[in-house]
Amino acid sequence: MDLLPFFQWCYDTPIGEAIRNSNWMFALIEACHLVGLALMGGAILIVDLRLLGLGLKKQPVAQLASGAAPWLLGSVIVMFLSGVPLFLSEAIKCLYNFPFWVKMISLLLVLIFTYTVRHRVTQRAPGSVGPLPDQATALISIGLWFGVLWGGRWIGYS
Amino acid sequence: MSFLAFFEQMAESSWSVALHESQYAYSIVESIHVWTLCVFFGTIAMMDLRLLGLTMPGVPISEFSRRMLPWTIAGFVILVITGVLLVYAIPVRTYQSIFFRGKMVMLVLAGLNVWFFHSRVYPKVAAWDVGGVAPRAVRVAGALSLVVWSCIIFSGRMIAYNWFDCDRQPQPAIVNFLTSCVPND
Repeated sequence: MDLLPFFQWCYDTPIGEAIRNSNWMFALIEACHLVGLALMGGAILIVDLRLLGLGLKKQPVAQLASGAAPWLLGSVIVMFLSGVPLFLSEAIKCLYNFPFWVKMISLLLVLIFTYTVRHRVTQRAPGSVGPLPDQATALISIGLWFGVLWGGRWIGYS
Repeated sequence: MSFLAFFEQMAESSWSVALHESQYAYSIVESIHVWTLCVFFGTIAMMDLRLLGLTMPGVPISEFSRRMLPWTIAGFVILVITGVLLVYAIPVRTYQSIFFRGKMVMLVLAGLNVWFFHSRVYPKVAAWDVGGVAPRAVRVAGALSLVVWSCIIFSGRMIAYNWFDCDRQPQPAIVNFLTSCVPND
C-alpha cells in the first residue's frame, strides 16, 4: 500500500503549512500536547496503580475508574487536537520515521485495550472474574502507553 | 565567583562534555525527564482536581494525599536528578535561557504553594475530607497548583527553542537584561 500520497496530502493541508511557516506555533502546540500528556498520565496511573495493588488501594477499582474516565477521555481529546496538527506539519518526515509508527501502533492498541478489556476489568462486580487478571491488565496498559511515550519523544530525535 | 563563571566552569568539566557529546545519553536523560512528568504532574493534577471537587468526590482527600504523595515525591526526585543532568550538559546556554529562568522562578512559586497548603490548609483536612465543596483556600491552592505546574511544563519545553538566545542578536534590551546577556559586538 502506498501511503505517500495520503501523507503528502496531510503535509500540504493549510494547517500543516501554517505551522511550518510559523516560528512559534509548533512549540506552542507541542507544549499543550505535553501538558495534556501529563494529565493523561495521572488519569491512567491512578487506576493502573490500583489494579497493581498500589496507590489508592482502599477504594474500589470501579470508583476510581469512573472518576478518572472523563479526565482520561478529555486529555485524550486534547492529545488528538494538538497531536494531529503537529503531525500535519511534518507528515512526510513521520512516514519514514520508525518511532512514529511505534507510537501509532501502540496508540491504536492501547485505545482499543482501554475501552474494551481494561474497561470491563475495572467495572466488573466485586468477586466476579474479569476477562484478565488486574495486574496483567495494568501492566499491559502501562506497557502500551510507554510505547506511545517512547515513540512520541523519539520522533523528535530522528 | 559570578553565576556565569560558575556555569562556564561547569561547561568545562569532563562530565558536562561527555553528556553533551554522547550520541544517546542526553536524549535518554531528557526522555526520562519528560516521561516522569506523567507520574509527577499526573498525580498532582488528579489531587488538585480532587481538591477542586472535580473528580472522585467520594474518595477522602486525606486518603488521596497519603496514597498518591509518595508517587509525586518519587517523580520529583527523578525530575530533579535528570533536570540537574540536563543543565549540567548545557550549562551556559541554559543559565542564560529566559525560559529556564522563568521556570526556576515558577518552581519557587509552586514550592510556596505546596508549603502554604501543607502547613496552613491541610492540617484542617478532617473538616472537608469527603464530599461537598472544600473551603475557598483549599480550592485556590488546587487551582494555583494546576496553573503554575502547567506553566512550568510550558516554559520547560520552550528551553529547547533559541528565539531569545544570547548568541542571536539583536534582541530587545529587556530580553538581554532578563537573560544577563552582554552581546559582544
